[in-house]
Amino acid sequence: MRVALFVACFNDALFPGTGRAVTRLLERLGHQVVFPAGQSCCGQVHWTSGYQREAADLARGFAAVFGGDDAPVVVTPSASCAATVRRDYPRIARAAGDAGLARDAEGLRVHELSEFLVDVLGVTDVGARFPHRVTYHPTCHALRALEVGDRPRRLLRAVRDLELVELPEAGECCGFGGAFAMKNADVSVAMVADKVRHVRATAADVVCAVDNSCLAHIGGALTRLRAGVRTMHLAEILAETETV
Amino acid sequence: MTPSATPSSPRPRFADAAREALADPASRGELRGSVAAVRARRAAAVAELPDWGELRAAGSAVRERTLLNLDALLEDLERAVIEAGGIVHWAADAAEARRIVRGLVGAGEVVRADAPVLREIGLTATPLPDRLPAARAGVCGIDFMVAETGTMVLLEETGAGRACLALPGPLVAVAGIEQVVPTWRDLEVFLHLLPRSAGGPGGAGRFSPAVSTWTGSAPGDGPGEFHLVLLDNGRTGTLADEVGRAALRCIGCAACVHVCPVYERVGGAPYGPVRAGPIGAILTPQLRGVGSAANASLPFASTLCGACAEVCPVGIDIPEILVHLRGRVVESRRHRPVPTPELAMMRTVAWTLSDRRRYETALRRGTRWARLLARGGRVRRLPGVLGLLGRWTDARDLPVPPPRPFRAWWADRPGGGAR
Repeated sequence: MRVALFVACFNDALFPGTGRAVTRLLERLGHQVVFPAGQSCCGQVHWTSGYQREAADLARGFAAVFGGDDAPVVVTPSASCAATVRRDYPRIARAAGDAGLARDAEGLRVHELSEFLVDVLGVTDVGARFPHRVTYHPTCHALRALEVGDRPRRLLRAVRDLELVELPEAGECCGFGGAFAMKNADVSVAMVADKVRHVRATAADVVCAVDNSCLAHIGGALTRLRAGVRTMHLAEILAETETV
Repeated sequence: MTPSATPSSPRPRFADAAREALADPASRGELRGSVAAVRARRAAAVAELPDWGELRAAGSAVRERTLLNLDALLEDLERAVIEAGGIVHWAADAAEARRIVRGLVGAGEVVRADAPVLREIGLTATPLPDRLPAARAGVCGIDFMVAETGTMVLLEETGAGRACLALPGPLVAVAGIEQVVPTWRDLEVFLHLLPRSAGGPGGAGRFSPAVSTWTGSAPGDGPGEFHLVLLDNGRTGTLADEVGRAALRCIGCAACVHVCPVYERVGGAPYGPVRAGPIGAILTPQLRGVGSAANASLPFASTLCGACAEVCPVGIDIPEILVHLRGRVVESRRHRPVPTPELAMMRTVAWTLSDRRRYETALRRGTRWARLLARGGRVRRLPGVLGLLGRWTDARDLPVPPPRPFRAWWADRPGGGAR
């Protein structure tokens, strides 16, 4: 299958390894990955910060790159960006009074990575090997906006030699919330402190999620505390085939 | 009778009030325990009903239909209350409501049961037990008003409001205009939804132990004189907003409050006097406007995690309304003679991101700068002049961008050039 990768601007700049992992993984599974170079940002931060006009501009740009009559199947390693496109673009279009954008948004075919693997490709065992103790943090957008459910866990359970440990209070937000982490920094820190406490209680080597923004928040607290727990995007674990 | 103290200095913004609340470890621990208990009771009570989803859908539909026909329903209600011997008063705002209530109960001992709508208009509760014997008049809130018969419905754990019904003097009930329910049949669904969502202890988490209903006034039974004060206080303005209107579906169960990770850590005070938690963050800015810094900060007092929407028994998409109101706050500031620094930054970022060349140049430059600030692979401290970003590094490291962004790697792949 021919798959267009929307890497998300955050990953493009800060976590290019995640984009490389998605590419490696999908190619290993026999699919052709393309990277439309005109892509930048879905507009999530502008939309959730109240900058509706700017969000509409960015949404139009996204639709121009990934939409149209022969709209490709799009895969993204960011659950919150997938949720922005699928759930929020109709709202962005309504706020902007842009019927054209509303129509274009309907034609977009954007999948979050774990959805794409499990629902579209129908695979849970992607042939990965990762001999480490891992806990999974279900990010809010994955859990409650996309409702990906246990798809990421099913993918992780099928990874050879991976020990999956349940995270206590897993469904509670890490406190990131985009601009919230800065505008309400004190509350945000109080929340991530609890998330980190739960992560450490699992004695996992790695905390994994399907959104690098939340992982950057959790990871930022973990490294500040020298907690010795790594953060990894699901794609990076699934791309691993390391041998002993 | 005196209204509760109106603050003389402006209420602080949410982040500032929250910082104070976070500094008190004892009350944080206590809050955390009690919130977790309510949350667990709610989850258990809801899990008992296999048709909870249908009940929620029915409740949402009744509330939505009510709001769309509110004018007609309120006329029905007024007519029914008057026919049953009650008197109806309309209050445009909190001050008028207080004036009406004060005029009705006069001097002397008054019992006031606690209710959100009474706190909203600045009337606080009177401790009941020792005041009751001497009291003449009573003031209470209402949970639902049945339009077809003019019946008032009060659902309680303790019966403090019910005690008001036994007083010799006038009974004054205050209710928001949205608290109307068309028919008794419609009411039934809320008798299930409200107590289970509220997560009260024991049986109270299934059915309200004290359900009081009365219609107007009748000699020898219930209040000798009954007044209903219908409060607008920003509600008709809210009704006119297609997205924000859904906030008025609220039936006051506080399920959203008890699942909110922000509320769990800061408590109710930072949300101001109208309502606490996520519902307060969408109601207060709509009822009182976003003119004050405190009210304008409320839509931002959330990570948009969505836990609230998941439990709301009447399907209010609280995160959607929060984002909608953030837009309203930003719009209200767009036309200032000098743009806010945030507006200038957000515009610049959007401008940069909307063009490939500008985006790629910014990626290169940003990467260079961020790598200059890095120590040991992380950005550990940013200068305060960087404003909001500096607040991030107070307690968390920032990731350092690798030297080459993803698109540079892609371009170097065989056949990976521009497409």
